[in-house]
Amino acid sequence: MRFFFSALTLVAAFAQPPDFQRDVQPIFQKKCMACHGASNQTNGLRLDDGEAALKGGYSGVAIVPGTSATSPLIARVTATEKAKRMPPAGDPLSADQIATLKSWIDSGAKWPVTAKKQASPKSTHWSYQPILRPTLPEVKQSSWVRNPIDAFVLARLEKENIQPSPEASKTVLLRRLKLDLLGLPPTPEEVVEWQSDKRANAYELWVDRFLQSPHYGERWARPWLDLAHYADSDGYEKDNVRNGAWRYRHWVINALNEGMPFDRFAVEQLAGDLLPDSTLEQKVATGFLRNTLTNREAGVDRREDRFEQVINRVNTTGTTFMGVTIGCTQCHDHKYDPFSQKEYYQLFAFFNDAEDEDVDAPLAGEMGPYLRALPEYRNQKSEILNKYKIPELQARWEKAMLAAIDDPGKDVEVDFNVTSMKAMLDFADRMIRKGPQGRTERESERLTNYFVNNPGTAFKGDKEILAHIKEAREKLNEANSKIPFLTQAQTVRRNQDKSVTNIAVRGDWKSPGVEVVPGTLSILPPMKANGERATRLDLARWLVSKENPLTPRVIANRNWQEFFGRGLVRTSEDMGVSGEKPSHPELLDWLATQLLDNGWNIKQLHKTIVMSATYRQSSNSRQDLTDRDADNMLLARQIRMRLAAELIRDAALSVGGILNPSIGGKSIKPALPKGVAELGYGNSVKWKESEGPERYRRGLYIHFQRTAPYPQLMNFDEPDSNVACSRRRTSNTPLQALNLMNDPVFFEAAAALGEQVTMQTTGLTDKLEGLFLQCLGRKPVESERASLAGYLDRQTALLAKEGKSTAESQKGAWAGLARVLLNTDEFITRE
Amino acid sequence: MNFMHFDEYRQLQARRQFLKNAACGFGSLALGGMMASDGLLGAVADPLAPRKPHFAPKAKHVIFMFMEGGPSQMDLFDPKPALQKWHGQSLPAEMTKDLKLAFIKPTAAVLGSPRQFTQHGKSGMVLSDYLPNLATCVDDICMVRSMQTDAFNHHPGQLLLFTGSIQFGRPTMGAWVTYGLGSESQNLPGFVVLSSGVGTSGGATNFLSGFMPSTYQGAQFRNSGEPILYLSNPDGVSREAQRAGLDTIKELNEKHYTDTGDMEIASRIQSYELAYRMQMAAPELLDFSKEDPKTLEMYGVGKKPTHEFASNCLLARRMVERGVRYILMMDASWDTHTNLNKKLKEKCDASDQPTAALIRDLKQRGLLDDTLIVWGGEFGRTAMAEIRNLSDPDNAGRDHHPNGYSMWLAGGGVKGGTTIGATDEMGFNITEDKVHVHDLQATILNQLGFDHTKLTFRHMGRDYRLTDLSGEVVRKMLV
Repeated sequence: MRFFFSALTLVAAFAQPPDFQRDVQPIFQKKCMACHGASNQTNGLRLDDGEAALKGGYSGVAIVPGTSATSPLIARVTATEKAKRMPPAGDPLSADQIATLKSWIDSGAKWPVTAKKQASPKSTHWSYQPILRPTLPEVKQSSWVRNPIDAFVLARLEKENIQPSPEASKTVLLRRLKLDLLGLPPTPEEVVEWQSDKRANAYELWVDRFLQSPHYGERWARPWLDLAHYADSDGYEKDNVRNGAWRYRHWVINALNEGMPFDRFAVEQLAGDLLPDSTLEQKVATGFLRNTLTNREAGVDRREDRFEQVINRVNTTGTTFMGVTIGCTQCHDHKYDPFSQKEYYQLFAFFNDAEDEDVDAPLAGEMGPYLRALPEYRNQKSEILNKYKIPELQARWEKAMLAAIDDPGKDVEVDFNVTSMKAMLDFADRMIRKGPQGRTERESERLTNYFVNNPGTAFKGDKEILAHIKEAREKLNEANSKIPFLTQAQTVRRNQDKSVTNIAVRGDWKSPGVEVVPGTLSILPPMKANGERATRLDLARWLVSKENPLTPRVIANRNWQEFFGRGLVRTSEDMGVSGEKPSHPELLDWLATQLLDNGWNIKQLHKTIVMSATYRQSSNSRQDLTDRDADNMLLARQIRMRLAAELIRDAALSVGGILNPSIGGKSIKPALPKGVAELGYGNSVKWKESEGPERYRRGLYIHFQRTAPYPQLMNFDEPDSNVACSRRRTSNTPLQALNLMNDPVFFEAAAALGEQVTMQTTGLTDKLEGLFLQCLGRKPVESERASLAGYLDRQTALLAKEGKSTAESQKGAWAGLARVLLNTDEFITRE
Repeated sequence: MNFMHFDEYRQLQARRQFLKNAACGFGSLALGGMMASDGLLGAVADPLAPRKPHFAPKAKHVIFMFMEGGPSQMDLFDPKPALQKWHGQSLPAEMTKDLKLAFIKPTAAVLGSPRQFTQHGKSGMVLSDYLPNLATCVDDICMVRSMQTDAFNHHPGQLLLFTGSIQFGRPTMGAWVTYGLGSESQNLPGFVVLSSGVGTSGGATNFLSGFMPSTYQGAQFRNSGEPILYLSNPDGVSREAQRAGLDTIKELNEKHYTDTGDMEIASRIQSYELAYRMQMAAPELLDFSKEDPKTLEMYGVGKKPTHEFASNCLLARRMVERGVRYILMMDASWDTHTNLNKKLKEKCDASDQPTAALIRDLKQRGLLDDTLIVWGGEFGRTAMAEIRNLSDPDNAGRDHHPNGYSMWLAGGGVKGGTTIGATDEMGFNITEDKVHVHDLQATILNQLGFDHTKLTFRHMGRDYRLTDLSGEVVRKMLV
């Protein structure tokens, strides 16, 4: 019977064209639909829908009606190479199935409109659904509720029959508040003031006071910089320093301190350059997109590096604003979430026409001296250039370089120089082609600087000319060093020539598929574009539009995470299908709604959170919850959170009284242990230690060299800054212990603290209590006082035994005690 | 992570899982990965406690001798006499049409190797005259002449070799091993990094823990300054003073632990104790004074030009003896774009004797059987010459080549005296037994007792593994 049937099909195939529904569709359904059906369209090919099927996939058409011989579909099902043959798993198509398909295509690939297509499943995943304003739940213990947050939390606890924890002690609350809002521990004076503050709304007044502090922007810049994956160097082997990177960080701190609404904050960073009459600061904001790595290894294909950069920008946007793992769709449709690979490249298209541009971005006070010095500098420079005939020599060099660019393979040495130049000098090719008259002043400067430093082989063997250029170089460097510093910023701008975007088949930039235009994810509400072709600005506005349910949820969740150690959705980087579900979905939506209602006011959101009773709970573990809710998902208590890497440094410098509290500005280089900078490739990392008070600035200002990062930051889980990081891990290692005990920074802070205490004229108990208060924001209890006193005795005796004078022993013992306190778990933890 | 070291916590987990299912419907999560990725392990157990792998391991330790930059296989391991015939000429276009090159053009002239290759040992393995010492150990090593990688620039190549992906942010091999096996040593880190020469392209990305907690990252033993960062007490702090400080820290931490009940504090106390033990153990580890002078001589410690490399080799042996699990030795820079003959000789002169001494020394102490040595770079080099200075005839070097380069392994259940794989007569492509970097990784994990497809870590909703989506254990390499 079976033989009979297939023989019949075979006969039918030759006799008359196969009937689509009877003969062809069953083959597609049985063999292809798992990957090319309604729910899944690998490489964009869909075989359940006639229109889509005949259009083809990302690599182009699959079915050429009338000619099976040129139809890729037939080539793939008949391929002899296993890696190319379809289907990739299971039995290959039988000879008569192949014959049927061929015959169907040859007869015109008729696809009757009546042929049923599969229904596309619409995702019902929670995070893609509109945000509905949740109603406040009824609770029994309404006296506990300070604001709506508490109603949501308490309703859940009451359902589980769990009591919330009591409020934390007053001293703990102050420390918690100040560390959370400013990233600094309270001073003893603040503790005293706080404890005697009897105003009815004292707590709120202190919250407001902290929210107004300029340290707020520093504290809150850092989690944002984790997402932007900020660094001060290019990354990869060469890892060149990015002198203007910090200007973006400066912008972030200011924006947060000003209380810039988050929608503006987002739009300016993604597309500040495209805003009508954009200001310099709005352009500086696009530095967000400039934190992608640049591979300047000479052998790298520039197109590949650029592709990688755009990929990084898409993925960063996905993680930061949408909280989804869009990066998975670089190579294929998403395995869990309703995003196609095509949509990925539609997003890619938004960023594909963005081009790097470094601009002058002076801070207040820089421009005056610069402009005053400029005429003299220009004179001096043109004098040097003319004296050494640089323009003529440079023209010769440019000609040689251009010849090698246009017609490589003639001279290996010049070819090599071209490769290096393209890697090191952005847009070198274009600048040379513009000719001396067509260049901007900055471009001329960059090109000439590159030329005098790398005359390469254009004057090979001509020692005289090379010596001549060397002399000019030295003179120019000297002149350059005298011009007053003018801050540069890394920005992007639109280059419309670069607007063509193709799908990269299998994520490979060398396999361009069909062309796509900018567009967003179809699962979300549509974007309103201003022009014919949507731009980055449209994308940015769409991301923060009221209709988009993802961004407000993502932002609310991530801010919550900073106060509770975990988000209401723990996987704050992934709210998609494979992420975790929210522990309190209504609370999350309520927070998101608040955010939108308050015009994306982040400070307001922070205030609402810290004002809640939920936030103010004690963090002590509870026996009754160890088994029921060890992860504290129900929020029946607060949690103890270890401080972030930077904040540990800040706390030590602060209690040691040596913190330099200046806000914003350049990166700093604290003393680096020998052997760390040497980790960079070929000893290329130069680490010139900052001098004076600069060394004692906060941790977020530490220069981040990607290949040789500052060890204290890495030991305490600073992300590596290569991709967006939505939440840090918290580890607990012996290297951290060594770091805190023996790193000169911490030792110095302890010594300064010890010195202060020694100078005090008060009695022993007062000194002990004062030191403890300074470090931990509270007074010691009796057993702690006994430990401290015991240590002092033991230490003083030890030092005396080593032959130290009484005064020295005392000073040493107090410094040692300060060091002990800086090493307690409590010191590096919020409470 | 879905293997047995979680057995002891299974009950606890089952309870938690039940709670989660009941309370929030978190049914589908891989709990092991979730706990580990969340740092929760720290709260219930020491994340570095020794753990058993999937099956009985052949190797307990790995010494990965990473020769950064790409050693030239056709001048060391894989003789290509045909290059001599073509020396100085360009190859016909059809021979070079599929080549992808970093710097040079496919028309570049072929560079013959002036090296002499001879057979050695019982196995008759062929090595170049630059490696006279390794030649005495050939019966203990397995040569792979058919390595393949996907990257042909340094940093991406190193990322692929150590993390299984050219994308950033994945954990490195040492981190995977430490995550899987914990640490055997009570007073040294489980994953140690040694380096010689100038820095590598990959820098710290060759030993960081990526999206895993930093507990699993490599601890760098540095070749200048202190051996471990911040190992020594600050000036004026004696050992007794340090102990007194630690005792008080412990008292205060214990008090706070009693008050708060936070398990993290218990882990913190453990970390401080291990740090102190490291402070005590490291000087002994680094003290070569009790080594037999003959041993020092065998390695070349204290002599030029071997001293730096030899010290690291000897340290590696001493670490293996003290239970360090995974030792990454990074030696820069084998990237011989120019002056190949001279530079390669310098690299070999500095490293050949110590390398052979390490194999011999481990063997004579009975440690080679359970110590896997892996030697090689992130890719190999081209048959064609790279010439950056035409006026200097000795300037010729070789460009990057990702196909058919050589690496070797020894000990840890590897079949000594074997040569695996072959390349075509110009050394362009692999003709036999291709071993992709993922296959090498799978094999290394296999020797440590892991099924590489099952050693996973959940991140961003996906279970990641060292071998990404591929990798086959290369049985031919194994006993």
